[in-house]
Formats: sequence, C-alpha cells, structure tokens
Amino acid sequence: MLKTFSIGGIHPEENKLSAASPIQALPVPAEVKIPLAQHIGAPAQPCVEVGAKVKVGQLIAKAGGFVSANVHSSVSGTVKKIEEFVDANGMKKMAIVITVEGDEWEETIDRSADIVRDIKLEPKEIIAKISEMGLVGMGGATFPTHVKLAVPEGQKCEALVINGVECEPYLTSDHRAMLERPEEILMGVKILMKALQIDKAYIGIENNKPDAIAKLTELAKNYPGVTVQPLKLKYPQGGEKQLIDACMGRQVPSGKLPINVGAVVQNVGTALAVYEAVQKNKPLIERIVCVTGKPLAKPSNFLVRIGTPVSACIEAAGGIPEDCGKVIGGGPMMGRAMIHTDVPVIKGTSGILLMNKKESKRPEIANCIRCAKCVNVCPMGLEPYLLSKLSAKEMLDEAQGHSIMDCIECGSCNFTCPSNRPLLDYIRLGKGKVGAILRAKAAAAKAAAEKK
Amino acid sequence: MNSVLITIAVLAALGCLLAVILYFVSQKFKVYEDPKIAEVEAELPGANCGGCGFPGCHGLAEALAKADDISAIGCPVGGAAVMAKIATILGKEAGSAEPKIAVARCSASCSTRIKVTEYDGAQSCAIAASHFSSETGCAFACLGHGDCVKACKFDAISIDPEKGVVVDEEKCVACGACAKACPKNVIEIRAKGRAVQGKNRRVWVNCVNKDKGPVAMKACKSACIACGKCAKVCKFNAIVIENNVAYIDYTKCKACGLCLNECPTHALQATFPAPPKPAPKPAAEAPVVPPVQSDVKPADKAE
Repeated sequence: MLKTFSIGGIHPEENKLSAASPIQALPVPAEVKIPLAQHIGAPAQPCVEVGAKVKVGQLIAKAGGFVSANVHSSVSGTVKKIEEFVDANGMKKMAIVITVEGDEWEETIDRSADIVRDIKLEPKEIIAKISEMGLVGMGGATFPTHVKLAVPEGQKCEALVINGVECEPYLTSDHRAMLERPEEILMGVKILMKALQIDKAYIGIENNKPDAIAKLTELAKNYPGVTVQPLKLKYPQGGEKQLIDACMGRQVPSGKLPINVGAVVQNVGTALAVYEAVQKNKPLIERIVCVTGKPLAKPSNFLVRIGTPVSACIEAAGGIPEDCGKVIGGGPMMGRAMIHTDVPVIKGTSGILLMNKKESKRPEIANCIRCAKCVNVCPMGLEPYLLSKLSAKEMLDEAQGHSIMDCIECGSCNFTCPSNRPLLDYIRLGKGKVGAILRAKAAAAKAAAEKK
Repeated sequence: MNSVLITIAVLAALGCLLAVILYFVSQKFKVYEDPKIAEVEAELPGANCGGCGFPGCHGLAEALAKADDISAIGCPVGGAAVMAKIATILGKEAGSAEPKIAVARCSASCSTRIKVTEYDGAQSCAIAASHFSSETGCAFACLGHGDCVKACKFDAISIDPEKGVVVDEEKCVACGACAKACPKNVIEIRAKGRAVQGKNRRVWVNCVNKDKGPVAMKACKSACIACGKCAKVCKFNAIVIENNVAYIDYTKCKACGLCLNECPTHALQATFPAPPKPAPKPAAEAPVVPPVQSDVKPADKAE
C-alpha cells in the first residue's frame, strides 16, 4: 500500500491537461514589471535609479530584512520607472518597470546546459548564496528559502523532504520540471542536504505521475541518501505538515514548525532554483508557469521571465477564450481569482488557470445539514463547520480554542460541503483576526519585556 | 394526621432556620453597589449596543456613577434628553453632545460605477475586502454586501441599488456599530446638523476615493476629484482636501450649501436642496445661517 498522510483529504478531479506538453521558453516581452514584494515578509528596497541600464541577473532590489528576498532583473534594458501598479487583487504594490533592450546577461552566470556536479561551497556559504540569489519557495507560498534553511539553535534537522506532489488539480509545472530536468533537481537536493548537513532526503511524488517517479527513482540511485517516495493520490498532500506525515510518518504538533520534528520541506521547483543559483550563479529570474484550463486552446507549460504580463502567457496558450469565467493565479483549490490579467508573473506564480463560465460560478449556498463531511476531510483534524460559525459570530476566543490558527486554508471543507457553504471564507476571516490579536499580544509582551 | 403536622412543622422550622442562615450570609458577603447605578441603568435605553464605548448599558451606568465629570461620556442613543435625566439623578453636569447620525460617504450605484469584475463569494463585506479591492475600479468604496445592515441593531440601514447605503434618520442612534463593521471605513458618525423646519441640515462629501482625479473619475462618475472648488467657496474653512479627497469638518460646517453648486461631479450631498445658483446674499435668505448654538461643544471626533 502506498503511503499518504493520516487524517482527512479529498480527491478532486485531476484535470492535468498540460501534463504532456513540454516546457517552452516564452519570448521575452517588450516590457517587464518586477514587483518589490514577491515573497512573504518585508518588501525589497530598490537599488537602481530610473534610467539605469540593467543586465539579466543584475540585482535591482535588496532584501528589506531577514525575512525578505533580493530581486534581480529578469531582462536587460533600461529602468523606465519605479511606481505603484494594481496587482491581481486590486491592491497597489510597488514595482520596477524595465524596458527590454536585447538580451544581455551578467557574465558571472553560467548559461551552458552542462551539469556541474562538484559542490565547492561550504554549508554556510550555500545558504548565503541562496539568500543572495533571491530564492523563495516556488510552490506558491513564496517563503524566503534561506530563512527555512537557517535551522534555529537547539533544533536538529534530520531529513529534507522535497515536495514533488503537485496535488493541486490542473497544475503540471513541477511534473514537467521533474521529467525534463531531473538531474538538476537531484543536484539541488544534494546541495540542500549539504547546506543542512544531513544525509537523508525524501522526494514525495504522487502516483498520478508514474513517469516522474520512474525517472527520478532511476537517477536517484547515484545520489546516496535520496529516496523517491511514491505517494497515494490525495489532496492536500503538498501541504508541509501532510507531506512530512506521508513521507516520514511524523506529525507536526499544533502551533509548531516542521523543524520541530526534524524536517525541512522544499519544493522541487525550489530545488531546481537552488541548483541554478549555487552551481550556475543564476538568480531567480525565471520560472516554469503552467497555463491551463478547460476552455483554453493550448494548455501549456512555459519558462517565463519574472515580470512578464500574465496576459502574454495566456496569449501564448491560445488567448482568453469567449467562454472564460475566471482567471485564477495558482491552482483551483488554493489559487485566487485575478481581477485583471495585466499583472506580472512573480516568483510564486506556479500556474494560471482559466475556468469556463459554468465551472467558475459558485453554487447556491444552502443550510448546514450537520453531515460532518467537512470534519472528516479536514487534513488538520479541525471542525470547519464550527470554526466558520465562530468566525462569523466573532467569537474569536472560542475559535482560537478550537485551533483556528492550525487551518492551512486548503479548501477541502469548501470542496466537500454538500450545501456549498463558504466555510473557508469565514475561517480565513477569523484566522486573520485571531492572528492579528495574537501578534498584538506578542508585540505588547515583547515591549513589556524590553521595558524591564 | 399526625405525620402531616410533623412534616409541616419540620419544614417550617427548616425554612426559618435556612432563612436566618441566608440572611447572615447575605449580610456577610454583601457586594455594595451604588444604588444610583441601577437608577441610571433604568433610564438608559437598554439596547446594549456599545455605541458609548462601554460594555453594554450597565457598563455605562457604572462609569457614569463612578466618574466625577460626566461631560465627556454619554449615551448616543438616548441623546441629550436621557443624559439630562441621568445628570439630575447623579447630581452632576451632563455634557451637551450634539446629536449624531451615521453617514455613508459613498454614492455607489451601478449607474455611476462600472463593474470591472464580479464577486460571487460569501456575501460579506469583510470577506470580500480580504480577497480583493472591489468589483469596480474604485478600491475605496462601498462593497455593497451589507455588513453594516447586519451590524445595525436598530434596523436603520438599508441598501438601495440606486442610492447605495441609506440611513434612516428616525431610527439611527449613531451607536457606530455600522462604522466599525465597514471594512472600507466608508461610514462616518457625523453631527446630525441644525434642524430647520423639522429637517436636519447637513452636507458631506459622498466619496472616500483617495486616487488622483483622473483615476477616480474613470472608476466612478460621482467621485470626488479633489479639484478644490468647494474648499475655495467655503466661507468657514470647513472643507479640507487631503489625500486627493475633500472632507467637510462638521464642527465648522454651517450647512449653507454654497459648495453644493460648485462640485463638478456632484460628489457633495446634502439633506436639503442647493441654494439657487447665483449665490444669494447672506441676509436675503436662509442659506447662510446663524451659528450653531453657542453652547454646543465641538465634537472632538475628527475623521
């Protein structure tokens, strides 16, 4: 029997429409818009002036703190302006706009396709390099990679877990990367293992990708300590805590981090980026984006420069069809609908999903029938029906008591509810409020401690 | 027969004994509460709306009885009448808070603001606001899912598809629950204004869009574009332009209505008709009004 995580989970329709389409490099657009906040944490601070000439891979914004990431130019050209733009949620964000002129790369970047196998850097240097190259989690959460690799004192990392699950329906960018660039991914895993000073790594892959499992298992024989772990198909297996449970059989306790059970989780996309950053000196300036959806003419996987408009990606995949109801950034389960497509692809854009009008309509909401399906499917063992009610009634203390902060917002409860209740919508709202209260309390406690 | 009498006697004796014990216990553990608190609470409306800033009417009564100076606190629902009664009970001087009302500063309607996208998630402004800016090009305006309607305990707010958020002047008690519920801070608690012929006169800017003029105008036909015409014409310096939007300070505004004719986008709204166009001379007609009663303390609640 194949391994999987122990509680909850659902089986949404897979719809991996673009699984067979190889990664194509998208042409460099005439202009790119590179946002300063492409990661969780403080936005980066621009370090180029308007009118400056930049090369591909040049640093254009420095990390604004420890939990932050550098931003590099993905094109060569002139900095046109540094201004606010309206992002996919309609919020204003700062971005550096660069007019593209030619395609001149920084000389330090090794652009050859040869695999560099010799890891010259020491663990500390690897982490510094990763930080310098602006790497963030490529799965979508965009947490700065160097922060995850900095194991806090007193904690011990025992194993690296690589997320090749891609449990979101439709998305295939990680799948294609595993098929087309397996050696690079495995080298990335090796580098990460060296950085963490461990000798054990699991690569978790769901068994709907038998070709990727076969390929990586074959190649992993040359990499001691790396185990390719085929997993049973179940959403949300790509969640950090679920993946650790599935691969290592360890449960992360409530309120704790993966490192507390000796694990560090990274995405396969991140492993690939780590290889390129450490061995090829290449910053995070492009990523694989899966453009897919039932109404789309050519669901495809593109290698896209950061800052390319989403509309250009959709255009390359056949353009927005007439029957398009929603454009979603990310997958159908956790992605967010975009309010317009004139937004740039960022480090965390794993997919662009188009839904037809019928699919995108939310069904009518009915009353809760107390069937407890949401409780059964919750991968965190929570009671979504109760949490959503508590959030709606602003009973935040009770919600906190029922571990609302443990919710990973996977949307399994919404998916399974026969009454189509917007459970997660309310839980997310309550979680935000409880989180704000907890942060305020922590800040007050810190201030009080400093006074003493 | 005998057993019945014994039962009665035993129970009666037990009752008397327990009553005596209870009496002493209650004397011993008595919690003293100012009897005035109960008296004050009886005068309060009892809606427990929290508009005063205290936890319910009992909380306010306690605070009123405790405080030496009660001019700064008061019940917005009961208003001056209730506060006057309470002041006599407590023998203290009541503050003369101006009657207030909730004002929705957005004239959102489908005819003025064009929808650029559609939201079909949970019908809650708070949730919609956590997801994205707005269904229209204006990221500041009313979302129209009715969190304020749900928050109102006095049934004073409704949403009209043509006029946007409508506040019932009779029912609104200015408790502020709607203003707190609105994630976009569109609703403001403002002075009700001086009553003329039974109608309260007040003027406000019906827009909170902080975008620059052209952007705001593109998103909404009735947006404030911060042209400053209203501020120029105002004789009382009541209008300030800040962050690309005009704001009328209700403590300074005399509700003359001169600004109403100036606004090119009709973003200003009043509860009375605008004065005839060539502005009448101050003495001729009602528009320029005598100052609001001098004993009225300017409310310190700015924007």
